Amino acid sequence: MNPRQRPTLQTVDAEAALAEARRLIGRKIEQPARRAFLTRSLTLGGLSLLTGCGVSDHEGVEAALGAISRFNDKVQGFIFDPAQLAPTYPASMITQPFPFNAYYGEDEVREVDEAGYRLEVTGLVADKRRWTLPELRAMEQNDQITRHICVEGWSAIGHWGGVRFADFLRRVGADTSAKYVGFKCADDYFTSIDMPTALHPQTLLALNYAGQPLPPKYGFPMKLRMPTKLGYKNPKHIQAIFVTNTNPGGYWEDQGYNWFGGS
Amino acid sequence: MHSPSATAAASATPSAGRQPIHPGWLRACHWINALAVLVLVTSGWRIYNASPFFPFGIPNGITLGGWLGGAIQWHFAAMWLLVANGLVYLVLNIASGRLFRKFFPLSASGLWHDAMAALQGKLSHANPRQYNHVQRLAYLFVMLDTLLLVLSGLVLWKSVQFPVLRELLGGYEFSRRIHFVAMAALVAFVGVHLVMVALVPRTLISMLSGRAGQKP
Repeated sequence: MNPRQRPTLQTVDAEAALAEARRLIGRKIEQPARRAFLTRSLTLGGLSLLTGCGVSDHEGVEAALGAISRFNDKVQGFIFDPAQLAPTYPASMITQPFPFNAYYGEDEVREVDEAGYRLEVTGLVADKRRWTLPELRAMEQNDQITRHICVEGWSAIGHWGGVRFADFLRRVGADTSAKYVGFKCADDYFTSIDMPTALHPQTLLALNYAGQPLPPKYGFPMKLRMPTKLGYKNPKHIQAIFVTNTNPGGYWEDQGYNWFGGS
Repeated sequence: MHSPSATAAASATPSAGRQPIHPGWLRACHWINALAVLVLVTSGWRIYNASPFFPFGIPNGITLGGWLGGAIQWHFAAMWLLVANGLVYLVLNIASGRLFRKFFPLSASGLWHDAMAALQGKLSHANPRQYNHVQRLAYLFVMLDTLLLVLSGLVLWKSVQFPVLRELLGGYEFSRRIHFVAMAALVAFVGVHLVMVALVPRTLISMLSGRAGQKP
């Protein structure tokens, strides 16, 4: 005899046990609506539990969400109107003090030495020579008071001044039919943007904040200021700019923030 | 409790029992919408937590996405589901005439009468094909609230690209508040909705199978 086989329960009246079971089950299915409701409630409960244990960790889910995020890049590129200007504000509405924000704390702000500073320009450009700050300051300067919108939701109005990025790209003979412009920064940050946004009239190679040279915490010696994109797309302490047809990604973008990041 | 009108309607159309209480497309839209709302609300809470503008946050344990970037990915994926499904619902609801048949007329006196009856526990659920005035108002409200969520969401996503909408909704920062309050209203609706389903469970059966659930 197989030892794992269940022994027959001699003492239990099989017929009586079956009748009892039928009675119990029968009582439960008398109210199918209520039963179905409870079943569904449990399922809904189960679903809400998923939110606690990270459904996003599943590889397939991550891949799907990434694909939708890239689809959203395309939609934003399509919606983007090169002539549509971000609203500007009077000086009285400037946020005081303008908040510091980076992937590190304010006590870790990089100090870039102006004397040794040269902006590197590479990739699909005709003129690859390096730029000093006085050379950039000699170009036509533009000011803007615009709203900086952070991916976290908060926003602040600031006052930036500098060279129109479109002017700069034309000056260096950039191939403006290329897809991307990438940025490498002194604080090891990096990001990239689409060419239509690079050529937007409000996209500024900002050298000043509130009429003064950018203080280190706002990105000395220069930051790219784009009121048409979220804060993480606006790199500070820029050291190198390159024009390319290969998407260079970005510090946050590679971790899951939407690449286009437009507003 | 049977109202005379409901009994008359049932006997006048003997085939009515065979037709589903809710057509298939409506039931599909309802459950797809429920999923989209669940994802949008729970991921939205996580996004709100990144920079709360009220003096409270949402416990991270009941949010979706794990971190801000993940929550945004969920939010901006489910938004397509909500909008596409919502458009299908609106087009079919209007084209089939169901919207006007089911939700109108809607009157203050009808609302008062049905609200009082509900509070006294005397509201008839004899005819599941007919919405009482409180239901009509609640469902119309949630349709408009969802529309407001979509419009204010558009301003948050693309505040520069939709300037007219942005100014209509009072600017970027005000739209954040609108989006939050409209979310809270939607969550309140869902809460009441679930309590009502618990009180009259056969409404759940009819939303699942289209058939009338057995009366308890």
